[in-house]
Amino acid sequence: MADLRVKIGSLELKNPVMTASGTFGYGKEFEDFINLEDLGGIIVKGTTLNHREGNAYPRMVETPSGMLNCVGLQNKGVDYFCNHIYPDIKDINTNMIVNVSGSTVEDYVATAERINELDKIPAIELNISCPNVKSGGMAFGVTCEGASEVVKAVRKVYKKTLIVKLSPNVTDIASIAKAVEASGADSVSLINTLMGMVIDIEKRIPMLSINTGGLSGPAIRPVAVRMVWQVAKAVKIPVVGLGGIVNAHDAIEFFMAGASAIEIGTANFIDPAVSIKVKNGINDWLDAHGCKSLLEIVGSLKDY
Amino acid sequence: MKKYILDLRVVENSSPHPRYALLKLTHDSKLPEMLPGQFAEIRIDGSKNTFLRRPISINYVDYERNEVWFLIAKVGEGTKTLAKVQSGEIVNVILPLGNGFTLPLSPKQKILLVGGGVGIAPLLYFGKCIKEIGAEPTFLLGAKSASDLLELDQFHELGSVYTTTEDGSMGEKGFVTQHSILNQIRFDRISACGPKPMMISVARYAKAEGIECEVSLENKMACGVGACLCCVENTTEGHKCVCKDGPVFNINDLLWQI
Repeated sequence: MADLRVKIGSLELKNPVMTASGTFGYGKEFEDFINLEDLGGIIVKGTTLNHREGNAYPRMVETPSGMLNCVGLQNKGVDYFCNHIYPDIKDINTNMIVNVSGSTVEDYVATAERINELDKIPAIELNISCPNVKSGGMAFGVTCEGASEVVKAVRKVYKKTLIVKLSPNVTDIASIAKAVEASGADSVSLINTLMGMVIDIEKRIPMLSINTGGLSGPAIRPVAVRMVWQVAKAVKIPVVGLGGIVNAHDAIEFFMAGASAIEIGTANFIDPAVSIKVKNGINDWLDAHGCKSLLEIVGSLKDY
Repeated sequence: MKKYILDLRVVENSSPHPRYALLKLTHDSKLPEMLPGQFAEIRIDGSKNTFLRRPISINYVDYERNEVWFLIAKVGEGTKTLAKVQSGEIVNVILPLGNGFTLPLSPKQKILLVGGGVGIAPLLYFGKCIKEIGAEPTFLLGAKSASDLLELDQFHELGSVYTTTEDGSMGEKGFVTQHSILNQIRFDRISACGPKPMMISVARYAKAEGIECEVSLENKMACGVGACLCCVENTTEGHKCVCKDGPVFNINDLLWQI
């Protein structure tokens, strides 16, 4: 049994496997399938200051080895989260992390401030990379200035572990990561979805209601591994890797590329118990390779 | 209700029609309780272009034989691949999912079950459950042609069956909402499953007549458990997940133009 514990800033994870925001609800949706407390963390659905209905249907289309979505941050707002959802999930004995999104810097700050008051939420994942909302979201994550501005403002009010989720829809993700690090982030997670499009050629219209959507699933994994590798070399803060992980082999690629922890996203839709299988598989691989601790393989990649 | 991920074994795969497959699946242990109108998310193995599971409604549950049936319409690569499974092979399913149809409050209630095309599938098990509480279900089943009307023998065992076909090859010619039975019997509730245009016209009829009506939707779905929020339908209370809050909705809760 290898030591799977890792730290993300001051956040202690019993193992490096978390579930990605928007793919795991608030955790409870999956409690029939796994023991939620066996996870290193659960990152709950993107939460905004005010209620959002999200985008119109259709919001999803299947693609080769993945899917495109344009849900658009449907959620009932931070007050509803604090009053109705938090009481229900606060006693799950793992790291319950809230993904925070917004349209303006003020929105992000106000939402983070509210979450900061919740004892059992040890961290937030600041989403500056949602491609499916008109204002804010990814707009902050595609420039160093925008990313810095929102991270600095949130850092002032948010006292616990601050993870910033980066967009892959940029020219140079390492420079954004550095800007985020310099602005006070404790960690970066990457990648969010890649912007994509699918067309119904008979109707000559896009398959999604806002024309484009975010691509996820194994289709994006090599892009994610490459970006984690670039970012891990560029920053000193811990990197959380995600993008198309479906098994332990995939996860180990991310660790070797420099990720200290990983998130499982779209794979939860195909196998709701996959996260625990990945966790167990990581342990088995480490045991089989004589590694006493996960830390032995983080960033262990030798360039070709 | 607790949801399960189960490896079910194929007992029989029959083709009642070139465009359909009827899968009868069993499990080593006792199958969990399932409600009529609920569905399963079925994993598609061996199809390189299929990534997500396919939501398929529960066609029938035979607890004595420990079998659950799925009627598969061969629509795309995923369902065509699923339709090829052989006896003895394993099919991985997540079930039971969703809410299900409303059962009659008393045996005296007259419930009309309206199905179109493969939308007849969940009505067979629903009819069985209605019969079990002492009521008699009435089925009104529509299709393009006589050969598209499936499982008629089983429907006849459970209640009265009326049919329409677009080409007139069986039952009354036309659409379900034109069938003469609607002028002869006053139903207390209508439960419908089928193509959206059919359900809209059933809903329009029910609303005009002041009859309670519910419909089963099939929006494109990813997770099946209310996590991804992809399959939403517009309702009087905002976007609701068809997979978790549905698939069955009262027509008064939908924002359909009826």
